[in-house]
Amino acid sequence: MLENFVTIRNLQFHYRDRVIFDGVDLDIPRGKITAIMGPSGTGKTTLLRLIGAQLTPDQGTVDVDGQAIHQLSRSELYKARRKMGMLFQSGALFTNLSVFDNVAFPIRENYRLPESMIYDLVLLKLEAVGLRGARHLMPSELSGGMARRVALARALALDPQLIMYDEPFTGQDPITMGVLVKLIKTINDTLGTTSIIVSHDVPETASIADYIYLLADGKIIGHGSPETLQNSSAENVNQFLKGLPDGPVPFNYPCNTLEDDLFEEDRP
Amino acid sequence: MIAFIARLGKAGIHICEAIGRSGWLLVRSIIRKPNFRHGFPALVEQIYSEGVLSLIIILVSGLFIGMVVSLQGYNVLEKFGTTPALGQLVALSITRELGPVVSAILFAGRAGSALTAEIGLMKATDQLSSMEMMAVDPLRRVIAPRFWGGFLSVPVLAVIFTTIAIYGGYLVGVRWLGVDNGAFWSGMQSNVDFRIDIINGIIKSIVFGFAITWIAIFQGYDCVPTAEGISRATTRTVVYSSLVILGLDFVLTAMMMGGW
Repeated sequence: MLENFVTIRNLQFHYRDRVIFDGVDLDIPRGKITAIMGPSGTGKTTLLRLIGAQLTPDQGTVDVDGQAIHQLSRSELYKARRKMGMLFQSGALFTNLSVFDNVAFPIRENYRLPESMIYDLVLLKLEAVGLRGARHLMPSELSGGMARRVALARALALDPQLIMYDEPFTGQDPITMGVLVKLIKTINDTLGTTSIIVSHDVPETASIADYIYLLADGKIIGHGSPETLQNSSAENVNQFLKGLPDGPVPFNYPCNTLEDDLFEEDRP
Repeated sequence: MIAFIARLGKAGIHICEAIGRSGWLLVRSIIRKPNFRHGFPALVEQIYSEGVLSLIIILVSGLFIGMVVSLQGYNVLEKFGTTPALGQLVALSITRELGPVVSAILFAGRAGSALTAEIGLMKATDQLSSMEMMAVDPLRRVIAPRFWGGFLSVPVLAVIFTTIAIYGGYLVGVRWLGVDNGAFWSGMQSNVDFRIDIINGIIKSIVFGFAITWIAIFQGYDCVPTAEGISRATTRTVVYSSLVILGLDFVLTAMMMGGW
């Protein structure tokens, strides 16, 4: 069995005129929780979409469980995606389906199972996230945290080997955040899945991650265990992890000096 | 001048790209092995939401349009003393033109815009992306049933519209204005040709149904996934569909009349 579930080499990707990744190398170890962190707009979500082959890189390779994911045929890709689950930032629940049907959806679509078995499976998934009692509710009746837990149950529905979490803690109250942190850790430990968390919530992510990659300006600016990164002397790593307002990522948007703007000739 | 030509060229390239993307979307959505287990229930659901739920607007509009055509026709025919030809006038104008065209425009406004908004919103809230990650192809699961649902609904709605409009014409012409009942129906029967008038009208509505649903699904799937983007896409669906219907109507009529 390969040591790394995901291996990325020399990843290059641009969107319109902007370079998102410029030669990124990254390994996601099997069975561990790996966090991808970095300031907003550095392409963390894009990285997940590249791993899921929803986007194609300009150059470089992304291997998932030993398969070059972008070289697969359409049917092989869909088969490979059964090994992946993804929790979207918005939850991405189907608004016309109940909680139960949302979780049952991937099972019904991918496998021919009797409804009695699907019922059992869905209840077990919902039990895992503590929402078995909410199975009759519609997504519009759920709070933000509950919606994310249902989405997590749905991401687990096909028993994936890899789960990708896109900003799982964003916009959650402290209790929900604590619940999600515990769930991610428990699921990873009990099911033995490989987890990738994209987040910029430093304390929560660092508390459960085995390894952290820090992304900025299309490159990896630091990586290591949470403890190693917390003790790093690198200025850009420190600025992000300690939330310093100014540093390598400047507080001010690039512009002329204030004097130039105040005394320019064509000012109103 | 050069800048104007450059802008024109850029706009042309954008249009060609959009046509290419829409064609590719259509090919990927509909040219594939049918999946009856999931596809048929989804198709029935779409025929209900696109077709059955459009019935009210089709029935009410059809009734009033038939009544108006009859009223206007009666006033003109009365001047020449040819009011018995009212049935023929109502039937021909509705089966050939008004039935297919108006029902298609109503469908574009009612169901086409809803299709675009629904698909656009699914895109904006990552529902389509999440489907892909669940190993479910959104083109097969979301786009294809919506396309076929609209494509099949429009001709049926056009037939219903035409039928109810003729009945509206009968109510005004015969029941209200006193045109002879026998003359109204026999004039219609002897002058409406099944092949030339009715079948051609249905052919038109089939073409319109294809065009509207293609435009609607493409605008939804290709929209900028923001509130403004979805709003613009929905507007484009109604505007483009209406223009395409009118343009295609002229082309099809010319072909049918000219025997192309």
